Amino acid sequence: MLAFTVRRVLVALAVAVTVSVASFLLLHLSGDLATAIAGPEATGPQIAQIRQDYGLDQPLLTQFLTWGWRALHLDFGNSFYFRERVIDLLAARLPITLYLGFIALAVALFVAIPLGVIAAVKRDTWIDRTALAVSVLGQAMPSFWFGLTLILIFSVNLRWLPVSGNATWKNFVLPAVALGYYAMPAVMRLTRNGMLEVLASDYVRTARAKGLPPRKILVRHALRNAVIPVIALAAVQFGFMLGGSIVIEAVFSLQGLGQLAWESIARNDFPVVQAIVLVLAMIYIGLTLAADLLNAFLDPRLRQA
Amino acid sequence: MSLPPDTAALAAPARPPDAPIALAPVPSPTRLILRRGLRHTGFLIGAGILGLIVLAALAAPLIAPHDPYAQDVSRRLIPPIWQAKGTWDHVLGTDKLGRDYLSRLLYGGQISLLIGISAALISGLIGTTLGLCAGYFGGWVDSVVSYIVTTRLAMPVVLVALAMAALVGGSLKVVVLVLGFLLWDRFAVVTRAATQQIRNQDFVSAARAAGLTDLRIIGQEILPNIMNALIVVATLEMAHAILLEAALSFLGLGVQPPLPSWGLMIAEGKQYMFFQPWVITIPGVALLLLVLAINLLGDGLRDITAPEARH
Repeated sequence: MLAFTVRRVLVALAVAVTVSVASFLLLHLSGDLATAIAGPEATGPQIAQIRQDYGLDQPLLTQFLTWGWRALHLDFGNSFYFRERVIDLLAARLPITLYLGFIALAVALFVAIPLGVIAAVKRDTWIDRTALAVSVLGQAMPSFWFGLTLILIFSVNLRWLPVSGNATWKNFVLPAVALGYYAMPAVMRLTRNGMLEVLASDYVRTARAKGLPPRKILVRHALRNAVIPVIALAAVQFGFMLGGSIVIEAVFSLQGLGQLAWESIARNDFPVVQAIVLVLAMIYIGLTLAADLLNAFLDPRLRQA
Repeated sequence: MSLPPDTAALAAPARPPDAPIALAPVPSPTRLILRRGLRHTGFLIGAGILGLIVLAALAAPLIAPHDPYAQDVSRRLIPPIWQAKGTWDHVLGTDKLGRDYLSRLLYGGQISLLIGISAALISGLIGTTLGLCAGYFGGWVDSVVSYIVTTRLAMPVVLVALAMAALVGGSLKVVVLVLGFLLWDRFAVVTRAATQQIRNQDFVSAARAAGLTDLRIIGQEILPNIMNALIVVATLEMAHAILLEAALSFLGLGVQPPLPSWGLMIAEGKQYMFFQPWVITIPGVALLLLVLAINLLGDGLRDITAPEARH
């Protein structure tokens, strides 16, 4: 387990470095930053001045090393637009996105796990098929449109919940449902398949033969084993949701990291965009690392990989 | 490496080459697949809806009642026919600039399909190449490819796609390229696993013994045997690309106006949705149906070509 952990952590670190290089190059190779910062009306000398001011005339490697070294110390420079430190902006916005992500994950698990268990127990009945249909529908629904539709139903017609903003917990209900619904199908399918496998296993048969009540078998013996890979998947899905929340935050005007990213992209505020890409990638790398270690801890066969 | 759990099932080869030969006369594989397909409800529904959407999109120039770009401010936001003030002249109503919604919807289908197919082709080419190399050669090649895939998965797709599109300037071509270069991970993972499963089988060893080059073995022996799995992934990625295009266009950095992208139609309708909900419902349902049809078709194809991988 130790060897596996060390190897896996090293890979995660290497991936983190590669991702930083990629997110750095991404912005530097997709176009001329100085022209983009200067805007369409800038003259040649102005662009040259900007290039010098932002250090864009330095060799790419020098620029990267400077940026990387500072990023390592959580110094992402100043926002072009806000004239504020990027790290302060992130610190103000990240909690909102994390909060949204956690509620969304809770919503997804709360719906998907019971649905997956019921679908497995009632295999090939109409309940199973309905659960499958819900998950197929979930995968096909554009999340931003689902969000807008939720607003129409619950805010405009029923007037139960606010349309947008992030003042109270009520503001987070609809966005969390819209975001969580997107992670639900995968969790549900994994729960269902895991339960089917466990329910067919010998120890569940033994528990049945001993005459334990079905509910007890289901929860204490079957679910407990089937839910482990689901937790690992949930960690990965949480990472995906943080990345995908940009669309949901835009729909609900939640002032989180995604909204900041979207606005910064539109304003050519590159230090902010780069920092957000980096932060989200690092969170994702950390989550997958945790998920892999959890899986390997529980299932020694995986340590060979 | 953590990979989506449902992809492993896709990697099962269509038919094990050493499958027992039945004594009774067996139908040809094509016939068998066709017969299974006709019995698979999800596949039939998916194929039916997708067929209709493709036909409607292709025939848009013939069947669209109006020019999708023709503006008429005197006919703004006419509701669709099922509402009180609807007219047969504009069956699905008109948008904020008085453009016929049905015509825009039909032409918008072309955009979604074009983006879905081209992005799936580009990402398929990249992912399959990487996956074939990793699965066939193994060793350090495999490690490098797995590493690239892990790195790619760590990048937040929507954000990176938005940033790239914003820098180059959003357009149909840029969206296709950006999505094509971002969505190859599942192709690589599935191709790698499928190739690993068959690379040591007798017919591959025989080809190697016969002195075929690696390139020819991959092209003639391996690729045809993993084609079914690839087609299933292609449908999934097509659906994925269509949804992402809609999201990018909705955020204003994808397909640009006046093109009638469905995501863009939703974005343009957003400010009117409180009084005219149909402006977002119509393109939203169109998107939902298209993606649903493609997914049903893909799930069906997987069941039909690799029934042993079904859960």
